[in-house]
Amino acid sequence: MDKILKELTIKVWRQNGPKDKGHFETYKVHNISQGSSFLEMLDILNEQLIQEGIDPVAVEKGCKSSGPISFDHDCREGICGACSLYIDGRAHGPDDEVTTCQLHMRKFNEGDTITIEPWRSSGFPVIKDLVVDRGAFDKILQAGGYVSVNTGGVPDANAIAIPKPDADESMDAAACIGCGACVATCKNGSAMLFVAARVSSLALLPQGKVEAARRAKAMVAKMDELGFGACTNTRACEMECPKHITVNHIARLNREFLKAKFQD
Amino acid sequence: MADKLISKIPEGPLAEKWTNHKAHIKVVSPGNKRKMEVIVIGTGLGGASAAASLGELGYNVKVFCISDSPRRAHSIAAQGGINAAKNYQNDNDSIYRLFYDTIKGGDYRSREANVYRLAEVSNNIIDQCVAQGVPFAREYGGLLANRSFGGAQVSRTFYARGQTGQQLLLGAYAALNRQIAAGTVKSYPRYEMLDLVLIKGEAKGIIARNLCTGKIERFGAHAVVLATGGYGNTYFLSTNAMNSNGSAAMQAYRKGAYFANPCFAQIHPTCIPVHGEQQSKLTLMSESLRNDGRIWVPKKLEDVAKLRKGEIKPSMIAEEDRDYYLERRYPAFGNLVPRDVASRAAKERCDKGFGVNETGLAVFLDFRTAIERLGEDVIRARYGNLFQMYEKITNVNPYKEPMMIFPAIHYTMGGLWVDYNLQTTIPGLYAIGEANFSDHGGNRLGASALMQGLADGYFVLPYTIGDYLAGKFKEPKTDINAPEFEEAEKAVKDRLNKILSIKGKRSVDNIHKELGHIMWEYVGMARNEEGLKKAIQLIKDLKKEFWSNVYVAGDPNTFNQEVEKATRLADFLEIGELMAYDALNRRESCGGHFREEMQTEEGETKRDDANYMYVAAWEYKGDGVEPELHKEPLNYENIQVVTRNYKD
Repeated sequence: MDKILKELTIKVWRQNGPKDKGHFETYKVHNISQGSSFLEMLDILNEQLIQEGIDPVAVEKGCKSSGPISFDHDCREGICGACSLYIDGRAHGPDDEVTTCQLHMRKFNEGDTITIEPWRSSGFPVIKDLVVDRGAFDKILQAGGYVSVNTGGVPDANAIAIPKPDADESMDAAACIGCGACVATCKNGSAMLFVAARVSSLALLPQGKVEAARRAKAMVAKMDELGFGACTNTRACEMECPKHITVNHIARLNREFLKAKFQD
Repeated sequence: MADKLISKIPEGPLAEKWTNHKAHIKVVSPGNKRKMEVIVIGTGLGGASAAASLGELGYNVKVFCISDSPRRAHSIAAQGGINAAKNYQNDNDSIYRLFYDTIKGGDYRSREANVYRLAEVSNNIIDQCVAQGVPFAREYGGLLANRSFGGAQVSRTFYARGQTGQQLLLGAYAALNRQIAAGTVKSYPRYEMLDLVLIKGEAKGIIARNLCTGKIERFGAHAVVLATGGYGNTYFLSTNAMNSNGSAAMQAYRKGAYFANPCFAQIHPTCIPVHGEQQSKLTLMSESLRNDGRIWVPKKLEDVAKLRKGEIKPSMIAEEDRDYYLERRYPAFGNLVPRDVASRAAKERCDKGFGVNETGLAVFLDFRTAIERLGEDVIRARYGNLFQMYEKITNVNPYKEPMMIFPAIHYTMGGLWVDYNLQTTIPGLYAIGEANFSDHGGNRLGASALMQGLADGYFVLPYTIGDYLAGKFKEPKTDINAPEFEEAEKAVKDRLNKILSIKGKRSVDNIHKELGHIMWEYVGMARNEEGLKKAIQLIKDLKKEFWSNVYVAGDPNTFNQEVEKATRLADFLEIGELMAYDALNRRESCGGHFREEMQTEEGETKRDDANYMYVAAWEYKGDGVEPELHKEPLNYENIQVVTRNYKD
């Protein structure tokens, strides 16, 4: 049987829009099952904040809030990459290899104060509260994160044998969910791990090799243009990546990038 | 049969229908494609592949998604794999066999010609995905690997670890990105369609809400494609993503598109059981686990009691005291029976008191035999990410103790009625992927949703939509200042304002949970006449409650998830009612639709082919009015309709 946490203090970043300055608000939540997910705890908090809107008289003194908290979430099983919370100073909170939606309340103890912030990076402007705009990631991929084949007219899937280790390593990199934890965690706000994951995944496959040079250059150039910082090899991104994508892929990106530059 | 239900199934032998059809439908010249606009709603496998392929052909495409990026669409969460009739394993697979398994799996309630086409193009999908750089699992020789899924006796499922949907979607999303960069596709993330606009009875555009600013905007086109997925979230708790919804389909339905077989919902046997009242959604454990996992409950009720009290662990129960009930009841398919069969069998055991977990609503999925045979490393390589996911959620190590699983709502086979061209009963409006009804009948086989989404988007719609658009190239761009747009926008704003102005006492989620309870209780795994009639009344009452007592918090002119949830719930209430009407009408058991009145002595589904071998297509007749039923008879010319048998 899961334990019930009788009381938690939740400190949340509230920001009413991109131009609002933003501030922290502090709330109490009660009777949270440790079997609940972190986002279910936020659901409960939101239900409480909605109730306060319905019946303001019942609100505890000094507890006037800005209404329910906005936060991105969708699949709640760690694969869509939508959830994006900075919890107690860690991207996706105090557990390894999980997204926020997979974080469970058994990682917290009775009476804890939990601080929740949005991803903070100039590449990801805040839309509201904990919701940020990660459209820059789409733009980077649009710059070259694909193989230029149209639908139809492609060879049989088994026409080219691919060594299993290459396919496996490509899959390791392809596991990136585009959540942005790497950027949020990096002191430079660099998107290198994200870019490397895509470049490396495709560069490992014969289908992707054809355009490898162009892809590496185009994606790196777009990343720089969009204001993401430089990589200084702190490896913080690797530590916080919920899909355990390693900096080896950054090394491969660097190789691909250099190769491309030599070819110029 | 109503005039509108013309399926347009081509003449000729089954295996030649699609080829013949393609040869005879019209095409649009490259120069004219550039003048034409198509709106695609949704960016899952169907939407992303369709938008990319249409863009490549030269059409001007506008693609909309409710998430912050097309890549978040719920196709991303599909775990197990995608079927294709490649016969790479030399196990005697073929297009016909895939077609046959799909029709049989769907309990003879899907359309022959559509399913055959699906099997036919399945092989192209795998080729396409490999060319895009999808890192499918491979053997040491460098060729593609396969595994088995329920309802099939061959190994035809291609996979990328437990993340096949993710990898296929990233492939389609990359193709889409390439077209966005090329300028043929314009992407509108964080936009939600709120109504369909018809001009002279044809689909010409949409009204959408910018989810960041709340602004209501108009978009016009020559045709509209809905790729908006299913309506499983009607049940509140399902394996669907939190934002998955059936609203676009309902908007089309209210504008005259027929809704087919709404009661056909798939209940997936292997989901992590509900942990309590605070649960927000259910997590699937991939069907691929049934390749190596064995499903059982204790044979003795005293063991059940001890397990529930925590006095013993499942691993302590002796082999002879375990009831591997799927292997016992269905020896030919064993643990790989189709989903509806496995779900009902789990319910049967739990109803008899053999369910485990504190709630008694769970069965075991055990890997002990496989680990003994293959070693932990092999199992880790095959399912590592699923085992990790399970442990994070439940705090139980599935390498040591069996997983606990229970059925949950997962997929909806029903959807907008479409003809062979995937066009709805509204000219110019198409529905693809899970949003339509055509391929899975009463039950979808595992690894076939990904196949259908990509078949529709890459290889069917780009051809068939040309047949419609070829007649439209002389038409100018749709004028979004036309009175029809004006009216539709006003209707959207009025409906929104009405919801916002109620300011009642109940939150959106609170009402949605009540709807979920009604649906699961009366329109769930087992249904009967009395319960369905009750459900219809309860949903009608709840609809009234919503429209008089809902409270939508916050400012509608900013990013506001309460507003999003409220408009979707208004539609879920209507879908729920429609599902109950359909389930009540279909007085037979087939696939996922189990009417208690219609079962064999052994508790298996009992179809009534004489009276129900048809597609039930429902026409909207106005708010609060019972919808009108139209029937499209199903003719099986190439397959013998028999009782489904997974025993021998």
